[in-house]
Amino acid sequence: MSFDAVAGVLLIPALAAALLAALPGYRTTARINVVATTLTFLCALSLFFHRPPTGSYLLVDDLNATFIVLTTFVGFTTSVFSASYIGHELETGRLTPPFVRFYHAMYQVLMFAMNLALVANNIGLMWVAIELATLTTVLMVGLYRTHEALEAAWKYFILGSVGIALALFGTILVYMAARPVVGEGLDAMVWTVLVKHAAAFDPSLLDLAFVFLLLGYGTKVGLAPLHAWLPDAHAEGPTPISAVLSGLLLNVALYALLRFKMLLAVNTAALAPGPLMVTLGLISLVFAAFMLYRRRDIKRMFAYSSIEHMGIITFAFGMGGPLANFAGLLHMTMHSLTKSAIFFAVGHVAQVKGTQRIADIGGLTVTHPVLGWGLVLGVVAIAGLPPLGIFMSEFLVVSSTFARAPVLAIILVFGLLVGLAGLFLRLNGIAFGEPRGPQGKATASYVPMFAHLAIVFAAGIYIPPALVAWFQNVAGLLG
Amino acid sequence: MSRLDFDIAHLLAGLLVLISFIELYQDRLYALLNVYAAHALVLAASVAWQAFIQDAPHLYLTAAIALSFKAIVIPVALHRIIARLGIHREIEKVVGVGTTMLAGMGLVALSMVVMLRVTHGADPLAREDLAFALSVVLLGLLMMVTRRNAVSQVVGFMSLENGLVLAATGAKGMPLVVEISVAFSILIAFIVIGIFLFRIRERFDTVDVQALDRYRGERR
Repeated sequence: MSFDAVAGVLLIPALAAALLAALPGYRTTARINVVATTLTFLCALSLFFHRPPTGSYLLVDDLNATFIVLTTFVGFTTSVFSASYIGHELETGRLTPPFVRFYHAMYQVLMFAMNLALVANNIGLMWVAIELATLTTVLMVGLYRTHEALEAAWKYFILGSVGIALALFGTILVYMAARPVVGEGLDAMVWTVLVKHAAAFDPSLLDLAFVFLLLGYGTKVGLAPLHAWLPDAHAEGPTPISAVLSGLLLNVALYALLRFKMLLAVNTAALAPGPLMVTLGLISLVFAAFMLYRRRDIKRMFAYSSIEHMGIITFAFGMGGPLANFAGLLHMTMHSLTKSAIFFAVGHVAQVKGTQRIADIGGLTVTHPVLGWGLVLGVVAIAGLPPLGIFMSEFLVVSSTFARAPVLAIILVFGLLVGLAGLFLRLNGIAFGEPRGPQGKATASYVPMFAHLAIVFAAGIYIPPALVAWFQNVAGLLG
Repeated sequence: MSRLDFDIAHLLAGLLVLISFIELYQDRLYALLNVYAAHALVLAASVAWQAFIQDAPHLYLTAAIALSFKAIVIPVALHRIIARLGIHREIEKVVGVGTTMLAGMGLVALSMVVMLRVTHGADPLAREDLAFALSVVLLGLLMMVTRRNAVSQVVGFMSLENGLVLAATGAKGMPLVVEISVAFSILIAFIVIGIFLFRIRERFDTVDVQALDRYRGERR
């Protein structure tokens, strides 16, 4: 029997979810969770070497292979972090064993849903997978059952459902556009078939479809002004989920948008999706940069930083062209790695201090040097200072924009600088100065955090030519 | 397609828009739930008619889901939850009825103008179905933003979703319609179970915007 990597990335999480739902006991289940995500990651890696043939439901090409490897890698490191995080939550009694069992099962369901959305060749299947991912994250956000957590879950639920509903309307419109050309039935929802015939589709119908898809999936990406659910959901859920939300789920929604953007690019009479994405991206960037200033909750602050960076990535993909797409892909990768590393640090900080209020956290580099400096390094990276990876990608975004639209580049740089200042203003109080809050010992797993930061650091100095070639290739696909 | 087939499909879709309007001006929760049940009933009839004229037996399944789940199970469950949790029976509106109805008319006009202009290539039934469906979707959204009470927001979402099912069944030969309607039913079931399990009673009992205000972002 031949080995099928796509089946692997889908079946391993699905089986692990069933197994974890059945097994009691925190230690074994946390280990099984890690083992399952490791195996999924290895399966994903094998996609680089061997691809299954494209079917009418599943598809693997260079674009989504990149996303799948990134998703499964961060999923793997987060599960390592989650093991120590959840252990602490059990000790302090914030979570009870049944909830932990539920949490582990849901973690795997989420991995399954994200992988399914990424490998789906059928736009209907992709929609169902993103809906499943939304549902599982809603359940995870409400895990602590506090008033705030339920409130955040409810808000996420309603806004996410409306987004999902609009995306479905857009999907139906794409089918309507495809039907006269491709014919009735399954083929008219298969992405590879659609992209082959998209030039002949009715352009006005495609335009309308893209507007709905942009609003729908854009809600899930967290683009301003559709972002209202995002900070609450990040702040109130368990921190591993904040890391996965920020680092992965936003990317998956953006991936869905990119697929439809590629569809419109084929049809010359349809509207250019680029300017719409550029506008939403810039609004998100500038808005989130200003919002960083008045944050009192540490996880909310980094949630706004995620909106800012999703704005930059959407902007880069909206600009299009080989260089901007390359920068967008690189920035997306770097942001996923850095932001999840920051959430790993923040999760342990919040556990040590027993609070997420910025005012109650201080002098971390003195009391918890490893954790504190890890956080500082993460924030330096996310703020886009050289020589780290995000500096590289932001520099590429800015320089490619300067060549084509100097006015937009000025707004972009303005937003970046405002965001940078905002982050450092807050970081100063958190990491340096008078120690505040409890100073107990941290029981943390530092490996995932520093592994991510090491990759980001290395990428800022040297990216292997093979990786550059790969990204260039994918950037070319995006058009 | 005969003239009669078209007329009946048209009538049912139009009826759905009309019932969406009726939902807009309800000011009692129980009455709203009854109107929603009628909404789902008409949807079921419309989907069944589409199944008949398109000769697509799998759509009968979608119709059956709409009839049993949306028209019966969900309204009954919400009735009982409202009674059990003692939620306020009155609906607090953000905007007055007159303004809401005017806005609703504007939205219907908008969706007619947009959809009929955009889809001139498509066949007439699918075209008008889509225009009606977009109207129902937009009216559902309008209902969600003009209500403070969470249960009526959920009803708004559910009628929005009915509009989507109308669009999906109107698009002739669309695959995965049954799967999508099942996925949506799961979503709605989750919402309703969520209301009951979380027992976020204070959220429903007070003027909800206050609860949101309290949690407008930052812990203080």
